[in-house]
Amino acid sequence: MMKTDFRREPLYIAILAGLLILGFFLPSWLRFLLQTAMAGGLVAVGVSLQMRAGLVNFGQGLYYALGGYAVGMLAAQAGITDIFLLLIAAVVVSTVAGVILGLLLSRYREIFYAMLSLAVSMILYGLLVKAAWLGSTDGFNIPSLSYLGWTPSRAVRPDVYYITTAILTVLACLATARYLTSGAGMLCEAVAENEIRLEYLGANPRKVAFIVIVVAAALSGLGGGLLAMSTGHVDPLMTNWTTSGGFVFVALLAGRGSTIAPMIGFFLLELVRNYALDLAPNAWQMILGAVMLMVILLLPEGLWSLVERRRKA
Amino acid sequence: MLKFTAIMLDGMNYAAWLFLVAVGLTLIYGVMRILNIAHGAFYAIGAYVCASALGVFYAAGLPGALAFAVMGVVALVAGVIVGLAVERGVLRFLYGRDEVLMVLVTYALFLILEDAVKLIWGVESYFVYQPYAYFGFIEINGLPYQVYDLMIVALAIVLGIALWFWLERSRMGRMTTAVVADREISAAMGINVTRIFATTFAIGTVFAVIGGVVTAPKISVTPGIGAEVIILAFAVVVVGGLGSIPGAAIGALFAGYARAMSVHLAPAYELFAIYAVMAVVLAIRPHGLFARASGRKI
Repeated sequence: MMKTDFRREPLYIAILAGLLILGFFLPSWLRFLLQTAMAGGLVAVGVSLQMRAGLVNFGQGLYYALGGYAVGMLAAQAGITDIFLLLIAAVVVSTVAGVILGLLLSRYREIFYAMLSLAVSMILYGLLVKAAWLGSTDGFNIPSLSYLGWTPSRAVRPDVYYITTAILTVLACLATARYLTSGAGMLCEAVAENEIRLEYLGANPRKVAFIVIVVAAALSGLGGGLLAMSTGHVDPLMTNWTTSGGFVFVALLAGRGSTIAPMIGFFLLELVRNYALDLAPNAWQMILGAVMLMVILLLPEGLWSLVERRRKA
Repeated sequence: MLKFTAIMLDGMNYAAWLFLVAVGLTLIYGVMRILNIAHGAFYAIGAYVCASALGVFYAAGLPGALAFAVMGVVALVAGVIVGLAVERGVLRFLYGRDEVLMVLVTYALFLILEDAVKLIWGVESYFVYQPYAYFGFIEINGLPYQVYDLMIVALAIVLGIALWFWLERSRMGRMTTAVVADREISAAMGINVTRIFATTFAIGTVFAVIGGVVTAPKISVTPGIGAEVIILAFAVVVVGGLGSIPGAAIGALFAGYARAMSVHLAPAYELFAIYAVMAVVLAIRPHGLFARASGRKI
């Protein structure tokens, strides 16, 4: 398994912040893509965190959707439009879900974890599809949001949403980097490597797994909330297993190296998807699947391993 | 009383269907340690191939009873071709890799096959209701019931017994059981593990395709049917214990009756019935009813 060096993490995040400032000068369609990719990228980071502990979550979209729907329902049904309140609610809801599911799922590993997380996310999908009052498969739109009482006008709203997303994404990455260097974060790789030895050393693998599940849930909930804010719309596809599969794909591509790799990976995926859906709407999944197979066959440690390998050489 | 009969029959019917789609999944996992997400795509391929073949068949104006022979042939041929193509074409290069990685591989295969289906058959719906209507109704305890549905139950029982017989009584089946117990020792004893794997995968695929073929006349065949099925099949094999064939049967009965009861008694909760059963079973036996205890390795 690849060794990870987290001392470089702040550097990576600084680069990310720089890129996001550059994003301000991009054409608006590309910047919007970048913005939604950051939201999804947070979920991909969550998936790759769990992968370090050997847990492949095939249903991370669950927390993504919970975050999105928390924002959407509070804004559209309860009339709360303050963005900070809404995003806090998104994180709280998904974290609570992460705690409950973490208690159940932290005893499972490998294939069972993958399968059960998938099943749970599909239960939520089924629920949302059946909920006519939430627009079933169409989802629903979210009214425009406000900042501590200030509602940005239509002209500046995209800028404001972009800044909010960028700042929160960088902060979330910093928090994740802090978590990675903490005890519970460092132990993740040991859980994947050998649990029983970890127990002999006095650590509790279940607790380590539980913490990573909750951290990933919180990140994904924030991502879902940011997406709901950015697009002004939520729908059940957020928790469909094809969405979750995309996150797993990105995390796999990115390897377990860093927090920035999944962010970049998800942006590239969104970019490719944008064009592929235009050119060949019915072959998009096929391309994705083929690339996935290629990566698994040729680059078992992910794209990031190319960077790591060069550095070592 | 009518409701009770309906629950009994619907539960049995649904369980039979679930068994057909889940048993191939559990067989492949048991022998090859591959949790095959592409199983759902195989099911969809079965349904589409059946719809196309029967379309041609009815256009030719042959006697209706022959339709069932066509369905049987189609299931076998399509299952063996698709199964061997996937196993020989992709999976054999990846044997010995991590189980979770194999989930990703089969997920990728699922995506590829889903789009292949869309490219071949387009996105419109197909209907072949004729075989479903062919046998008409039979009255059971005052409740008219589709004979076709009862035939599916019979088919599931026959195929289940045949699979058991193959595994327990045939030479190939015994060798397969040996491979399950210990792959390396079996290979050392002269068993051709590669052939066992290819055969098992083909048989598992045929089961998925049969599931699709018998379901095609009951539904409108549209894109996306494979995804629903794989989730249900997961629930069934998790309840029964991954890799256990009796487990798949018991899991299917649990899930089938849970769904039938909720459909007739509390329709709003239909979707949750199966997952509720799954949650309860896992709370009591974390790795399913028929899972074998395994030691933890240091």
